[in-house]
Amino acid sequence: MSTEYEAVIGLEIHVQLSTRTKMFCGCELSFGDEPNVHTCPVCLALPGVLPVPNEKAVQYALQIGAALGCELSPVSTFDRKNYFYPDNPKAYQITQATYPFAVNGRLGEVRIHHAHLEEDAAKTIHTGGGGRISGSDASEVDFNRGGTPLVEIVTEPDLRSGAQVREWGQLLRATIRQLGVSDVNMEEGSLRCDANISVRPVGSDELGTKTELKNMNSFRFIERGIEAEVTRQKEVIAAGGEVEQETLHFDPSTGELHSLRSKEEAHDYRYLPEPDLVPVVPSPETLEMAKSSLPELPAARARRYEEIGVSGQAALLLSFEVEWAEYFEGVLEAGTGIDPRVAANWVTGELAAELRRQDDRPLAESKVGPAALATLINMVAEKKISHGSGKSVLEEMVSSGAEPESVVAEQGLEQISDSGELERIVIQAIEDNPKPAEQVRSGNEKAIGALVGAVMKATQGRADGGEVNRLLRQHLGL
Amino acid sequence: MIEREQVLHVARLSRLRLSDEEVDTLTGELSSVLDHVDKLAEVDIEGVEPTSHVLPLENVLRTDEPRPSLEREVALSQAPDPHDGAFRVPSPQAEA
Amino acid sequence: MADMQLLAASGAETAAQIAAGEVSADEVLDFWLSRAANDRLNGYLWKSGPESAREGGAPGGPLSGVPIAIKDIFCTEGVPTTAASRILGGYVPPYTATSVSKTAAAGMPMLGKTNMDEFAMGSSNENSAYGACLNPWDTERVPGGSSGGSAAVVAGGLAPWALGTDTGGSIRQPAGFCGIVGLKPTYGAISRYGMIAFASSLDQCGPLTRNVTDAALLLEVLQGRDEMDTTSVGIEGGIKAPTAERLDGMTFGVPRGLIGEGIEAGVLARFEDTLIRIAELGGEIVDIELPHAGHAISAYYVLAPAEASTNLSRYDGVRYGLRSSDEDLLSMYELTREEGFGPEVKRRIMLGTYALSSGYYDAYYGRAQKVRTRIVEDFDSAFAKVDFVVTPTSPTVAFRLGEKTADPWTMYLSDVFTVPISLAGIPAISIPAGLAEPDGGGPELPVGFQIAAPAFSEQKLIEASHALEQAIGFDGSAALEGGAR
Repeated sequence: MSTEYEAVIGLEIHVQLSTRTKMFCGCELSFGDEPNVHTCPVCLALPGVLPVPNEKAVQYALQIGAALGCELSPVSTFDRKNYFYPDNPKAYQITQATYPFAVNGRLGEVRIHHAHLEEDAAKTIHTGGGGRISGSDASEVDFNRGGTPLVEIVTEPDLRSGAQVREWGQLLRATIRQLGVSDVNMEEGSLRCDANISVRPVGSDELGTKTELKNMNSFRFIERGIEAEVTRQKEVIAAGGEVEQETLHFDPSTGELHSLRSKEEAHDYRYLPEPDLVPVVPSPETLEMAKSSLPELPAARARRYEEIGVSGQAALLLSFEVEWAEYFEGVLEAGTGIDPRVAANWVTGELAAELRRQDDRPLAESKVGPAALATLINMVAEKKISHGSGKSVLEEMVSSGAEPESVVAEQGLEQISDSGELERIVIQAIEDNPKPAEQVRSGNEKAIGALVGAVMKATQGRADGGEVNRLLRQHLGL
Repeated sequence: MIEREQVLHVARLSRLRLSDEEVDTLTGELSSVLDHVDKLAEVDIEGVEPTSHVLPLENVLRTDEPRPSLEREVALSQAPDPHDGAFRVPSPQAEA
Repeated sequence: MADMQLLAASGAETAAQIAAGEVSADEVLDFWLSRAANDRLNGYLWKSGPESAREGGAPGGPLSGVPIAIKDIFCTEGVPTTAASRILGGYVPPYTATSVSKTAAAGMPMLGKTNMDEFAMGSSNENSAYGACLNPWDTERVPGGSSGGSAAVVAGGLAPWALGTDTGGSIRQPAGFCGIVGLKPTYGAISRYGMIAFASSLDQCGPLTRNVTDAALLLEVLQGRDEMDTTSVGIEGGIKAPTAERLDGMTFGVPRGLIGEGIEAGVLARFEDTLIRIAELGGEIVDIELPHAGHAISAYYVLAPAEASTNLSRYDGVRYGLRSSDEDLLSMYELTREEGFGPEVKRRIMLGTYALSSGYYDAYYGRAQKVRTRIVEDFDSAFAKVDFVVTPTSPTVAFRLGEKTADPWTMYLSDVFTVPISLAGIPAISIPAGLAEPDGGGPELPVGFQIAAPAFSEQKLIEASHALEQAIGFDGSAALEGGAR
């Protein structure tokens, strides 16, 4: 019998902090500006300059550490990581190699090894050979991004599949987004993820040789890249081979993995304590602030929503986007006695779909406030209008911003509550549609749908479906 | 004592393309310096904390206030090969 | 005012003459510009024109109008700054070092940028890419280093005073060799911003002057917290001009264990003379132990090169300075640095890279940092017993050009008395203690006397040095005119 293998995956995530200025100088952060308009002697590493750390970046970092359930270090220090590359102007990166600001955390089911502060590299654009490194004759360096504050989050190897990485990555992104300390936009590079991947026989405690999958700009691609790499490693082992330690790049357009082998010397970063900087020793007040300023984080919120009856899927959707969560809670607040599960389904289902359909409008620009939606949901719940009418009322509300009551009145959608009137329409429908009526009577209950459709057509959808069904069955002798 | 091979390795790490003659000279000189430095092994450092800084300072930070950046022309004024507002450099060698 | 009077005046005296209207600031500047123009010592790498020098000094300060020479390690906006290296040939910084901004704000025009050992690595100024600087007492001898140019121009009458930097002795040793005063303040007293880094945890700016009062006045201008340097704190209470004439009640510790082998007889004699002077002034001489100071040179030659190897990695041909190849990235790096750095700089980069490289860190860098702790503790214990620690500044007087270039370790040993103090981060001053013959005979040359004090006790150090200086009454005028030899 062949051995079963499982994947073992750890992540290194870089988060650009959304401070106003860089980590060690007062240049403003920017995105998409002309090259080299946000530089100064410090971030260009001119002779004689010294770094001065950004207080806000330290605060943001501590907030991330607290949100990841880490122990916040009483003392953290900076180190120099030495390597030559044109995007690294000092030829060393200031990072925290020995005493990071946060250690031993957990987010969801994944343990956090540590999180540390560092500075981002500049941007190198390879010119000439179609943008690719090989074959090009020159590169151009833009130092605008150089020195942007980064928090690097390093997980334990607790993840087991690409899909799990995607889901956990989305939770991490939602968590950090909610702190308001980063844009966490993968396409713009404010969130970047590298994965360390190995496989081992199921049940084994040992780690196999790992490969590193670099810098993919969406969690979808990460999922696909990891799946491709895990498959590759399993095939290598199945064929009797050995996985080689290497750095890989996943090309989402072809689904292929490429090795990023470099002719440069194997790395020897020659870390040393940064002599230009003194230790960061957060005061008890600073630590308390980092912890107490935490908003309710997505994982906790999802749990709370599930506890009040919201389905798991809707709870996650709501929790990941704070504005959706706030909207949802607004609906609950406005609609007395509203069922959270029903409200969540309206918010994440009908409302989200309608906004998407109408110009892909973001929630912030929705003309339908939580109170209006709550009124609509209650009208449906109290059977004043049918569920189907509710959807068309919502469509009108989303497009014009009208109140639900006026839409219902204008379109005459008020449910037929007079059971005598509805009964007449039901009898008429059975008379007008003898064929399906006969089929139902002879045992084909499915044929009742055609009769329901006829009633709904006659009432323009203003009838309560349950009631229609009941009356039809009664008059068909079921 | 340091071997010629180590000198070559360190030169690569240091990004110095030393001449053969320099490699020979440095092998001798560095060995001699290291012989002296190796006497540090005589010092009892059991339980001693390293000093990377003599000043007992902590938390010297800067408020997150923007300061003016350099004009781009100034930033590029000393560049050996400025191009299109950027610092141009040769590319890494293509893989053989 | 007669030229000889201007030449003989200290910085403080010149400032007083200007303030009293005995001479105008323009006359003073013209005089010093003409002195600097006749640079017989290769002391300057760049000299101000009359216009640029005048622009530099803002009028009104107490030292207004007294020009100053600046070591070429300080960045000066619009003025070439090379650190005496080929790799920065023609480099013009877009900003000015805090120390230079402060002297300018105090009204002091910049005379020029002085010669030095490349990136401040050296003890003789022979490691300059732009030629050795010469000792004004004997032009066949070195002025010391790395602030050799600053020491030579002050001693040789080419500037009233100068700024230098000291990492392991680079102010004190050349001051001693040239017969002037050199003060290395406590690490953190003066901002390092704009001072091209050699070893960041040791580098410190300081004055080279004709006398202790001038050193005090300049230190007061320079010291202070700078928001651009997180390791700068300044000196609480500032620094005042010294007035002490006696040393009553003060104790001076002599680390006899350190002052042994390799010290010249003449140097030792002037040292002993000076101890007698101290006693005559009421000071007490006490023998002390600095048990680990003998390992200071070894620790220093791990720590300083290690820091230097990373500080000098930024000279890569990308953003400024020399670029020797455009062939491919690796060649650009390797050829630029190979061509741009001189032999001593390469030696230290290699040494430092090795000490930090994988597998060697603990044995070298980690160990040296712990030995440094031991040395710090040695001084702490000493200062529990004495007010000052005194040694000769260097074991020899100024040596001949080329005399010590063959063996690096021999050269390194000229800093045997200055390096322990640098590692401890404490302030120290070198004052001239008289003249002495070198071993093997020859004309007499200056001998420096070093006094070290606890961290941030510069005022006390300056008072004691001033009292002693008055008693010694050293006459450096022989070197001023350049007629000496």
